[in-house]
Amino acid sequence: MSPSLRREDVAHVAKLARLTLSDDELDQFTQQLSQVLEHANDMSSLDLENVVPTTHPFGLVNVVRDDVVRPSLDRDEVLAMAPDSEDGRFAVPRIIGEAP
Amino acid sequence: MGLPGDWEMVVGLEVHTELKTATKMFCGCANHFGAQPNTNVCPVCLGLPGSLPVLNVRAVELAMAIGIALHSTIAASTFHRKNYFYPDMPKDFQISQYDLPINKGGYLDLPDGSRVSIERAHLEEDTGKSTHLGGTGRIHGADRSLVDYNRSGVPLVEIVSGPDIRSSAQARSYASSLRAILIATGASDGRMEEGSMRIDANVSVRKPNAPFGTRCEIKNLNSLRSLQRAIDFEALRQIELIESGGTVRQETRHWDENVGATSTMRTKEEAEDYRYFREPDLVELVPSDEWQGRVRDALGPMPAERRLLLISRLSSPSETQLDAVEVVIDLGLEDYVHAALDAGADASLALARAANELAAGLDLLSNVTFTAFSSTLLLEQSGTLSATQSKTVLGELLKSGGDPASIATSLGFEQMSSESLASTVALLIDENPDEWERFRDGDEKLAQFFIGQVMKQTKGQANGKDVIKELHARR
Repeated sequence: MSPSLRREDVAHVAKLARLTLSDDELDQFTQQLSQVLEHANDMSSLDLENVVPTTHPFGLVNVVRDDVVRPSLDRDEVLAMAPDSEDGRFAVPRIIGEAP
Repeated sequence: MGLPGDWEMVVGLEVHTELKTATKMFCGCANHFGAQPNTNVCPVCLGLPGSLPVLNVRAVELAMAIGIALHSTIAASTFHRKNYFYPDMPKDFQISQYDLPINKGGYLDLPDGSRVSIERAHLEEDTGKSTHLGGTGRIHGADRSLVDYNRSGVPLVEIVSGPDIRSSAQARSYASSLRAILIATGASDGRMEEGSMRIDANVSVRKPNAPFGTRCEIKNLNSLRSLQRAIDFEALRQIELIESGGTVRQETRHWDENVGATSTMRTKEEAEDYRYFREPDLVELVPSDEWQGRVRDALGPMPAERRLLLISRLSSPSETQLDAVEVVIDLGLEDYVHAALDAGADASLALARAANELAAGLDLLSNVTFTAFSSTLLLEQSGTLSATQSKTVLGELLKSGGDPASIATSLGFEQMSSESLASTVALLIDENPDEWERFRDGDEKLAQFFIGQVMKQTKGQANGKDVIKELHARR
């Protein structure tokens, strides 16, 4: 069985997810993820002509809440979770470039 | 601005508007511009583990109202995660709509009669706001960024136009008409300077009837002026590049308002792969006909209709009046103008005072009743208040409300008696014999000199028109 996923694809996805993978791990995950894809491909062998696509396992629609303000968290409590803060804001290493 | 030769620009706009809800899109934190940093945050909008989003019904209805105003088809829609790493997005994904947006298709008719198609108008959440310190000569030494998550999770609608726009002026007109619609639907306050409406422009150039050229996207234009300048600059840049033998690369560009130029932010090769997938924590949104009908019934008349109604009350409208009508309609001020016209105010005066003085105090409008506005204009019209005094009274009304006549009295804006004006003019003629001689010889410019002197003498209480009358009577 040839893997349906290339090693480069796994390296690309790892890069997007900010994961550093060793060469061995790349081989291992390429093999494992390929098996997952193969399994998903099994679906294609079924006749699904008249099956409505499932958008969600629950049959619910329009789950909404009223537009009513609820208390927010205490700022000191929030910033205490951050590695660093300044002027009531989260401090992070300098951002290079603009948001995607 | 015209383009050289027979070049034509092709422009499509993506307009992001923050929705005027009380709370954020997926949590009950207040949606409030200008609050202290990180005071409107909770586990949902901070992306803390285990927190779950619940959709704000008001955001959905405002998005539907925008769709109705833009003649879109409101459809069953779903939410997706758009994945990327950036500190202003604490979950590391933005919840947006992808293949199934709430509003599909539609169009917007512009005042010049042209029509711009709408591809979609979908719901998504805003990101936090980061401030970059250091590196640019700021006082703070450290090279770091500070993040405020008050804006994180604020509901947005992104409105994507078709590539139908052919000039920067048309782009501006589209943005301004769209802004008027957003204000009219109650979806947004349209304040570009506060970032509640932000525009990305896709620009390409081509020869007539040629296929579309390669486009560049200019990000985050936050004023109508920047929009127009950036599009003109970008179209010319592409034309010069092509004419000198180069080719346009598909890329994202940044507009620098101070330099007046766009520059590369990232090329297509570096473009992100967002790995969109269904947001498993949100179910499908299926607006029923009944629900859509309720939203439709609650909508007032749209700007195009209101513009026609206001113009119909003007007997041959001048360019100046029509310009003022645009401002008045865009900002939703026409009820003041209608009230003033009903009370017998002059149309030009009513339009000018609404488009300038009222427009300058939008935040404080609730202090000014229609009657107070009309009364001030009538006081000005009858000569009881000079133009300057009338503007001051409107300023006071905006600040603290009240009755125009009492405000005028408390500011010492008493009408000068004609005797008192006559004696002041007589005194000034005595003091300035040379100027008076020149005025008598027919130099009308000297009238302005005497008006200035009278104003100085009376601390602005005289009426310029009365001064001219008095001068002519003595000539």
